[in-house]
Amino acid sequence: METTLDKAQRSENMHYLPLTEEDKRKMLEEIGVSSFEDLLKGIPAALRDPELRIGEALSEFDIQNLMKTLGKKNKSAADVLSFLGGGSYEHFIPTAVGEIMRRNEFYTAYTPYQPEAAQGSLQVIFEYQSLITELTGLDVTNASHYDGSTSLAEAAVLALRQTDRTKILVSRAVHPHYRQVLKTYFHETPYKVVEFGFGEDKTFDRADFESKIADDTAGAIFQTPNFFGVLEDLEGVSDKLHTNGSLLLLTANPMSMGSLRSPGEWGADVAAGEGQPLGVPLQYGGPYLGYFSVSRALMRRIPGRLAGMTQDSQGRRAYCLTLQAREQHIRRERAASNICTNQALCALAACVYMTLLGKEGIQEVAELNMDRAAYLRRLVADVPGFEVRKDQPIFNEFVVKSKVPFKMIEEKLIEKNILPGIDLSQFYPELKNEFLVCATETKTREQLENFVKELGKC
Amino acid sequence: MNFPNELRYTKTHEWARRDGNVLTVGITDYAQKEISDVVFVELPKSGKEGQAGKPIAVVESVKAAFDIYAPVSGSVTQVNSALEGDPGLVNQDCYGKGWFFSIALKDASEWDKLMTKEDYEKSLKTGV
Repeated sequence: METTLDKAQRSENMHYLPLTEEDKRKMLEEIGVSSFEDLLKGIPAALRDPELRIGEALSEFDIQNLMKTLGKKNKSAADVLSFLGGGSYEHFIPTAVGEIMRRNEFYTAYTPYQPEAAQGSLQVIFEYQSLITELTGLDVTNASHYDGSTSLAEAAVLALRQTDRTKILVSRAVHPHYRQVLKTYFHETPYKVVEFGFGEDKTFDRADFESKIADDTAGAIFQTPNFFGVLEDLEGVSDKLHTNGSLLLLTANPMSMGSLRSPGEWGADVAAGEGQPLGVPLQYGGPYLGYFSVSRALMRRIPGRLAGMTQDSQGRRAYCLTLQAREQHIRRERAASNICTNQALCALAACVYMTLLGKEGIQEVAELNMDRAAYLRRLVADVPGFEVRKDQPIFNEFVVKSKVPFKMIEEKLIEKNILPGIDLSQFYPELKNEFLVCATETKTREQLENFVKELGKC
Repeated sequence: MNFPNELRYTKTHEWARRDGNVLTVGITDYAQKEISDVVFVELPKSGKEGQAGKPIAVVESVKAAFDIYAPVSGSVTQVNSALEGDPGLVNQDCYGKGWFFSIALKDASEWDKLMTKEDYEKSLKTGV
């Protein structure tokens, strides 16, 4: 009789990888190398098999305890009074969003490749696309990207392909991380990313922008509200670019589109950015959600997937993937992008969030954000030692200049369980002692006043 | 399937019609049937230098995208902009209204290397 122990013993001896030494030898011979090490020649020796300083193996019980202890060191936005923004925002998320998202029909389904698969997933994607399209004011939206930065970089790729040109202009008031991803995308390629500056008032420098438009300009990237929270005046920008045969690429907080001018209304050809504010919780760097909308003329250039609604042979409503001739799984070398996956679950969250709030709800929450930030800015303006520009239109964050170094303010306020904002000098060395403060609808009047009181003690 | 006598063909299923030193190029009846419903054609820009046997345009059907190869080397003199609004012309009239672009023939010997109707039909049958 076989005992449990025998079984365990047997499975231990069983190899899951069906590779014998002979198999390996044949494969290496086939590709013309003598050992596996030869394949790794391109990787510097110092980077191979680095020593991992993770200590000895632990029992499951000990591991659980260790993880719990480590986990308790984390503080979520719910544990502190956070004024952090800069691309990731704390918002109220109705409980139903998480409940629906965690239904296992959605939770376990991988993004569908075949038109007939998973009608429910396809319907969600279709509805997500329709809602984002409405917000951005453009014509077509894809099923989503990893996050705002990759989405924006894909927009740049689209512009380069569409115009057959080589240069992308980008405002320095665009999120620094997005600009880094952009540069990474085009590193060691014939394409150039050229930045134009911003002025004293933290809005883009129009003269600098216009002086950099040239025959090789494929498109220009702007952000509004920009990284400093200021709404850009983009009047005339799309005309300027279009006259030159270039495209206008806009990235914007989608929540702001609930009440502010949409990318479509600014004449943008592509709107691409971070969808996290729409019902996706704060979670380090992700999983977040990249939205991507284009004008009809660029429909064929969309990277990633697109769900459409149609009818089956019996006239019933049916959803299918469409316009996917350039998807990686169909034609890799002709694919519009090598990123094939979309953030289906986060897109579902956004879809449910937008549906629950409705058109008026989105507008209302956008206005609440503007009110809270504007109120906080007024309060900060009266604190000695701190400076803000009161004359600028903002959405939900703004720049504060202080007499004392930001590090000191941060240290003091963290003791009070307050995260005061983001140090801007880490991204812009010229902006000494300036920091970005964000106030969304989650902050009460008392919390804002309490924050300002503590700020005054710094 | 219809393969007009006066045209020359490529293994990759393009056809070419010669008028002086200018060739008009499209895809064959066989190709349009294989690709099925054409939904988009990405044409080269006028003036683009094409190289014989190298991709110069892309045709998309409902399901996939296919490269179109230049049958000869030379610069593109004209493109069929009607395809932008009505890519279905490729299926309806592949040798007429569904043409893709015209290209200036630089080296006449390249024309001679293209397949005749008989060669093309034979290659379709044998797959060589």
